Amino acid sequence: MEAVLGRVGLWFLVLLLAIGAFAGAQDTAFAAHAVLIAIVAFILIWVTANSYDPLTKVQSMFHMPSDPSRYDDDPVRWGVLATMFWGIVGMLAGVFIALQLAFPALNVEPYLNFGRVRPLHTSAVIFAFGGNALIATSFYIVQRTCRTRLAFPSLARFVFWGYQLFIVLAASGYLLGVTQSREYAEPEWYVDIWLTIVWLSYAAVFIGTIIRRHEPHIYVANWFFLAFIITVAMLHLVNNLAMPVSLLGSRSYSAFAGVQDALTQWWYGHNAVGFFLTAGFLAMMYYFVPKQAERPIYSYRLSIIHFWSLIFLYIWAGPHHLHYTALPDWAQTLGMVFSVMLWMPSWGGMINGLMTLNGAWDKVRTDPIIRMMVMALAFYGMSTFEGPVLSIKAVNSLSHYTDWTIGHVHSGALGWNGMITFACVYYLVPRLWKRDRMFSLRMINWHFWLATIGIVFYAASMWVAGITQGLMWREYGLDGYLVNSFVDTVEALHPMYIMRAFGGGLYLLGGAIMTYNIWMTLKGRVREEAPMSQPIFDDEKDRPITANPAQVPAE
Amino acid sequence: MSAYETLRHFADSWGLLAMLVIFITLCAWPFRPGARDRNRDAATLIFKDENDGE
Repeated sequence: MEAVLGRVGLWFLVLLLAIGAFAGAQDTAFAAHAVLIAIVAFILIWVTANSYDPLTKVQSMFHMPSDPSRYDDDPVRWGVLATMFWGIVGMLAGVFIALQLAFPALNVEPYLNFGRVRPLHTSAVIFAFGGNALIATSFYIVQRTCRTRLAFPSLARFVFWGYQLFIVLAASGYLLGVTQSREYAEPEWYVDIWLTIVWLSYAAVFIGTIIRRHEPHIYVANWFFLAFIITVAMLHLVNNLAMPVSLLGSRSYSAFAGVQDALTQWWYGHNAVGFFLTAGFLAMMYYFVPKQAERPIYSYRLSIIHFWSLIFLYIWAGPHHLHYTALPDWAQTLGMVFSVMLWMPSWGGMINGLMTLNGAWDKVRTDPIIRMMVMALAFYGMSTFEGPVLSIKAVNSLSHYTDWTIGHVHSGALGWNGMITFACVYYLVPRLWKRDRMFSLRMINWHFWLATIGIVFYAASMWVAGITQGLMWREYGLDGYLVNSFVDTVEALHPMYIMRAFGGGLYLLGGAIMTYNIWMTLKGRVREEAPMSQPIFDDEKDRPITANPAQVPAE
Repeated sequence: MSAYETLRHFADSWGLLAMLVIFITLCAWPFRPGARDRNRDAATLIFKDENDGE
């Protein structure tokens, strides 16, 4: 009872502070966020006062088993649900902005114009979908590979819910026009501080669990997760160094100026790709691919070389985002050289993942989850080859600022991050909810093909669009003037933009099928369907060869 | 010499060498004699708990 009273008091204090922040707010967006915090605090007071165990009812709504496992899987289950929810939100926002580019009338001023929904899309898919997948799988993997429960159970729950609050603050802020204009780091200073608290708690839970391990060796997946957590903490802190204009306002100014600011931003931006979208997802790959294929990773030595090369090389590649800018030439060349070198460790990792299936390649035909994993690794290979090519200055002079970059990002994000996440979620859901298998394997197959064809439409149309754009921008006439105005290129790209939106729509449809499949699995249903592959049995041919001379005519 | 000059000369000489040596050592570490069994154990440790602890 006293504990409950204490908690109610704490939330009440937060509520008062939020009301105070609302009263003194310097701008409407900050006031809106104060109201949001007040609502969260109010709900927490209400829930805490009403029952001692508020989550039980909600958990039954999602058919969660009351944790009979030896491991602490509750945050993982919530993480899987959040992954799916934010995935659909993010993909929906993506299809919406793709349609906005094709049909500008869809820009609904002011809250839903392209400039505000685009960061909502990028953050929702990278940080909300990807981030929740990473938090959930890291909690799952670190417990299994260390053979121990999570170190700080209540802190792990705080990490999950605190991260959701960060997502809601960031997303609502974008729509209200709050941005510090740093790509993939748009949230303003107060949201950044909140994320820092959540992230350090995450690091504490993860490292604490590793320290408590009962397995002497730390499995390589945990190395990748550790690199991801520590590097993202460092990147986030340095990139968001800023001075708020007022303590009750949502504006701030960066600690850096000019080209230093730009380089800090892209040092962050590229390593967000390198350590959030690559190292973290490779950790998922190094655990779930061997588990699903039921054979150990092809070469453990290669995985260690992969790890150290990735860590040592990635951190230098950022300047390739600033070719032909005010950044000193040597720094641009440095970024290019390291980006090209990155090709090798990336392909080392891809080969390691693919060769794990050596001797079990038939599973690509029979197991749709393995098929997704193979496709994810194939796209990892493709986009880590395309990346170094694009970072070469001569290629970059054509490709930069065009849609080729967008195509490249999406072949990595949809193909690699999306596919590997879907595969891991399909692996996790039956195990977390104690079901024999997913509701339908054939629906996984449908999801696989919709997603794959969607990516093909997306990447192919953006290649054509990007190269068209690049060539039109640089075309000079005999008189030395540019041939095309900007609007000419926009007109030329219209069909490609429609194809891109179509591809994104297919990918979203795959996500919708997945959501239905998961929901049915949660309810404990199993779809009656023909198995994915069935050996053909022909009764006619199932007999021994017998010599039958009587049949042969005598000649 | 300014602090910038000092730091960048350190970065492109001893700093670079130190990073290279550390990197090569870390990559060569799993190839040291006797590491084969340890690597196999590490690679298969995820299968020890076949039913994921349930």
